[in-house]
Amino acid sequence: MELVAGFQLSPYFHAQVTRSMPPAEKMMLEHSVDAIVRIPADFARQVNSGSAQVQVVLHGGDANRARIIQGYVQGAIQAWNARQAAEGKAVAAGSVAVQMRLWFNDANDSHYFLVPGLIVLVMTLIGALLTAMVMAREWERGTIESLFVTPVRIEEILLGKTIPYFLLGMIGLALCIVSAKYLFHVPLRGTLPVLLGASTSYVLVALGIGLLISSSVKNQMIASQLAMLATFMPALMLSGFLFDLRSMPTPIRLITYVLPARYYVTLLQTIFLAGNVWRVIVPNMLALATMVALLGLGSRAVTRKRLD
Amino acid sequence: MLDTILRIIALTRKELLAVLKDRRARMSLLIPPIVQGLIFGYAASYDLNHVPYAVLDQDRSAASRELLAGLDGSGVFERVADLRSSQDIRTYIDQRRALLVIQIEQDFERKLQLGQATDVQVIADGRNSNTAATASSYVTAVVGTFNDNWRVAHGLPPAVLTSTDRAWYNPNLETRWNMIPGLIGTLAMIQTLMLTAMSVAREREQGTFDQLLVTPFRPFEIMLGKAMPSMLVGITQATGVFLVAQLWFRIPFAGSIITLFSGLIVFLLAAIGIGLLLSAVAATMQQAMLFSLLFIMPFSLLSGLTTPVSNMPSVLQYFTAINPLRYAIDIARRVYLEGVGLPLLTHDLLPLAVIATVTLTGASWMFGNRIT
Repeated sequence: MELVAGFQLSPYFHAQVTRSMPPAEKMMLEHSVDAIVRIPADFARQVNSGSAQVQVVLHGGDANRARIIQGYVQGAIQAWNARQAAEGKAVAAGSVAVQMRLWFNDANDSHYFLVPGLIVLVMTLIGALLTAMVMAREWERGTIESLFVTPVRIEEILLGKTIPYFLLGMIGLALCIVSAKYLFHVPLRGTLPVLLGASTSYVLVALGIGLLISSSVKNQMIASQLAMLATFMPALMLSGFLFDLRSMPTPIRLITYVLPARYYVTLLQTIFLAGNVWRVIVPNMLALATMVALLGLGSRAVTRKRLD
Repeated sequence: MLDTILRIIALTRKELLAVLKDRRARMSLLIPPIVQGLIFGYAASYDLNHVPYAVLDQDRSAASRELLAGLDGSGVFERVADLRSSQDIRTYIDQRRALLVIQIEQDFERKLQLGQATDVQVIADGRNSNTAATASSYVTAVVGTFNDNWRVAHGLPPAVLTSTDRAWYNPNLETRWNMIPGLIGTLAMIQTLMLTAMSVAREREQGTFDQLLVTPFRPFEIMLGKAMPSMLVGITQATGVFLVAQLWFRIPFAGSIITLFSGLIVFLLAAIGIGLLLSAVAATMQQAMLFSLLFIMPFSLLSGLTTPVSNMPSVLQYFTAINPLRYAIDIARRVYLEGVGLPLLTHDLLPLAVIATVTLTGASWMFGNRIT
């Protein structure tokens, strides 16, 4: 059957042909196939009468995957229809086809959106999680008091605690950018200074979160849990890296506005793939800068209060 | 034997007290899974319901208006602008004001009436190519409906071949239905693995671990005493997320709770084993934190939670073989949506059991040999 050949030739499908439905259903139960295309016995007759139907059964265990497969099956069916019309076997009727162009990512390479997202995760973790332990450890061991009696000012303690991790973050950043460009071949369409500026602000925000958690909970066990909760999963799920922010319910969308990762994902995607689009870059950078200031002041306030 | 059990119980009690005596620590372990389950349950969906788009309609005919009405009436697409020239397309896409621009060319209606094929151009913001692909598949569906209507309205025979689609286990193919079961294992693992990794590191940092080693406790008893509290925390967390899925999102549960939790217990043993091994290696809590990060991040990303394992590059697919979360997510989804029983889950349970045995044995060996 020509339709079956169409599926077999397509690079997307690995077709297994069965003569009846039960073996096909068994393969679905074992999840060794992702979909069944059922072509009825009188298919040829149906085609000759001008209207034929096939049944598509999808394995919904992974809805996203099933959706994609559904799209491919539809594509194969449309291609079949077009061939029939081209061969004069069906009435050619005016019809509209969708011509899709994916800007910034013509080849639809998933590295292009995964790599900026991964940089966000790596920078978040380096920045926030290691710093989260720093002040908490001093409090836990009681060594903070010996620091306080020295003439060193609180700002200087906080800065001194942060600078090594800032440098570590910068090294991580350099590695990320180099591997994005040379290992994953993601284009950098914006300019390097803008990328560095955005990333530096984000590292500072991440450090600020870690420092604030660390200075307020004073316990490494809790600090580590809180830092993980506040940064990793939100950066993965609520940053727009994977899931479209516009489609989230309003209350959830409001939460995403307080998450720095959201701004950094937007910045990275734009700087890497679209270029220096100032209308996108400026507001997002401002949001990050505001957060740096607030977190810095917050850590300072928390530390002073405990001193009294 | 009885002594052993008593000693393990005593150590478990001591560990639980150490972890849970602080109210803030209790809160940080019990509340987050539920809150995260709620928030991520809403957030984690690939389905789109707000797609801002702009139109460059160069035809301005009845046909083009009908097509656009189809988009506007879909409830998903929101027209943000009618563009005048093709230069505007760049502005709208670059500045993220529109996710899609739909361009209809001048002879759109004329070609349709002549029975020729014609195109609509869809230009999508590919910065998130996933979202762009989903949005464009929605456009394709709207255009398909338009084609059918046009044929009927102009007395043409409909397309020869059509299909009726049906999905097993998830009739409307809602992505939420398989994200949330996946979250049960993910959320429980992240906190539990880190908690476990901290447990021995903390004692070592405070110097109490050496004291523990000179007591009559044997290394494997220490190991079990450290593993039990984490298991209790992990099971509690998993139950929290499970309850959110059941009571709040009301995702139909096709399988048996016993199967699900048996799977989760084996999974948590594997995760705790990895945590204990890390803890045995780490000298300070900060190191333990760093080590657990190095595992939690790839485990979560390469688990199939967000992208199917079968779509990953083959090198990474090999790595997923040692990723306990990958198996846990498979178990949770299959029990949840397909209702499978334990026999069909062997290919998940077996690797988990191997990981658990190797890491737990390794950890207790390291406890015994670290002091010398």
